[in-house]
Amino acid sequence: MTRNARRRLVSRVMTAATVVAALLALLPLFMIFADLVAKGASSINWHFFVQDPPPPSETGGGVRNAIVGTLIIVGLGSGIGLPIGILAGVYLAEYGAYTRLGDVIRFLADVMNGAPSIIIGIFAWTWLVRPMNGFSALAGAVALAILMIPMVTRTTEEMVRLVPNSLREAALALGYPRWRTALSVVVRTAWPGIVTGGLVGVARIAGETAPLLFTALGSLNFSTSLTGPMETLSLQIYSYAISPFEAWHRLAWGAALVLMALVLIFGMLARLVTRTRFRDA
Amino acid sequence: MADARDTTARRLATPSWGDVVFRAVLTLFAVIGPFLLLAIIGQLAIESWPSIQKYGIGFIFNSTWDPVHDIYGAAPMIFGTLLSSFIALVIAVPLAVGVAIFLTEFAPKWTRGPVATLVELLAAIPSVVYGLWGIFVLIPLMRSYLVPPLKALFGWTPFFSGPFYGSSMLAAGIILAIMILPYISSVAREVVHAVPASQREAALALGATRWEAVWTTILPYARSGIVGAVVLGLGRALGETMAVTMVIGNRHDIGISLIQPGYSMAAIIANEFNEAVGMQRAALFEIGLVLFGVTILVNAAARVLVWRVARGRAIGSSAL
Repeated sequence: MTRNARRRLVSRVMTAATVVAALLALLPLFMIFADLVAKGASSINWHFFVQDPPPPSETGGGVRNAIVGTLIIVGLGSGIGLPIGILAGVYLAEYGAYTRLGDVIRFLADVMNGAPSIIIGIFAWTWLVRPMNGFSALAGAVALAILMIPMVTRTTEEMVRLVPNSLREAALALGYPRWRTALSVVVRTAWPGIVTGGLVGVARIAGETAPLLFTALGSLNFSTSLTGPMETLSLQIYSYAISPFEAWHRLAWGAALVLMALVLIFGMLARLVTRTRFRDA
Repeated sequence: MADARDTTARRLATPSWGDVVFRAVLTLFAVIGPFLLLAIIGQLAIESWPSIQKYGIGFIFNSTWDPVHDIYGAAPMIFGTLLSSFIALVIAVPLAVGVAIFLTEFAPKWTRGPVATLVELLAAIPSVVYGLWGIFVLIPLMRSYLVPPLKALFGWTPFFSGPFYGSSMLAAGIILAIMILPYISSVAREVVHAVPASQREAALALGATRWEAVWTTILPYARSGIVGAVVLGLGRALGETMAVTMVIGNRHDIGISLIQPGYSMAAIIANEFNEAVGMQRAALFEIGLVLFGVTILVNAAARVLVWRVARGRAIGSSAL
């Protein structure tokens, strides 16, 4: 084999190796989705959404309590986390671009983004569960909000930064004060992007379990009380998956399919919002 | 006349009331995040103080975890966290870099978007779903197809000795590898993408094959960014809780065998925190403090590395 033929061969083999790497990376994705549908779809019927879990020895029943709990806790968490994150992001983009404080906040937000979520769980326990003498959905929502703030801060900042300076200058030149420029010109222009970032954040906390273990705790019963323990889909998947009961395993797969669908719906909404925006522009 | 202009200029130069209030409100919201970070560190330090005082630095090296006699050492958990994350990196890094190179250099244009989206979809799967899949799909698959050949080939080494019960370091490592792959590959892809086209063109013009251009030019140029991507993946793996807790086996021992159960720092907090009181709780808080400190350092290092390659660009921001 000539030297050049060998070089060409190496190039081909390595190209093929990267193709194999891509296929191997996608394999677990397809396996997980196939298993979710195969094992989860069979437990999903009308009862699954309107009934609460049965005792472990019985079959049937549903996960109404977990679905409602997820909506409440994620809704409340987003209600707390989104405004804080978005306003912090607007600050970073509008005032914190070249300031020391801006740099510090940005760096700490990035660092916090990679922090283990279970740490936020034990922190929320010390501030909200222990003083209030009990596990509560409220503490779970706050834990999820803390998790979401740095993420939303950074995506909002990037979206606001994409707004061209000429727009700001035009508004200022027309006599708008800075705050009105920021709110009714800059934020309004960046809004679809901000919404996208927010929806991605909601999707992310919807699947979180670790921060809820010591805050919302989970519950076998249907509950809408913010001051008591509450079940979520993620907590239910965890406790049912590690339980020894066959019937609960089936419910866990069904709950996992519902949770995955929920996360994907939020993810797709996020993409849709930006797409329509770009079509307009 | 001069006076009038003067006052107008001064009036315009002083910010309006609205601006002052607006800026103050935004600043207030912006410091909530950093305040929480400091509060978390402070609270963890306060809560773990009894344990820090009692065990000192030995906490990290002591391998006894005995709630009955109130003796606590974090060594098995630290070891398990490091080993499972190491296994994850060994599996995920070649794949992730391969995917990144495939997507930026070799893939047909029309496949790049969809493949990248699909790989990033892995990051959207909740941790607990990975755990569920690990228990009921991955571990049975390992038992049937992966562990027997591994034992046959390497059973004589200490790394694959002993019986395989299912939950194990290796299962945790494989699950972690799948979970961190999208983070590493998406940052690596953007880093490789940031290599100037002129570098690639120069290599090709000198007669390099496409692979030689990647190997001799693009990868060296992107090296520190790729290292940053890997370190970022490491940070994710170290702190991952649910999936690891569900498949690692939760055994308080230091064992070198990959097919035997182990423990991780996050997993022991998840398992024992709700029942712990007194010194055990303080010890769990100290594990949390150590884990938090390590992941913060790892994340900060990753960011510095990635920024060095593409300063000012929001690399991998969607994934971070």
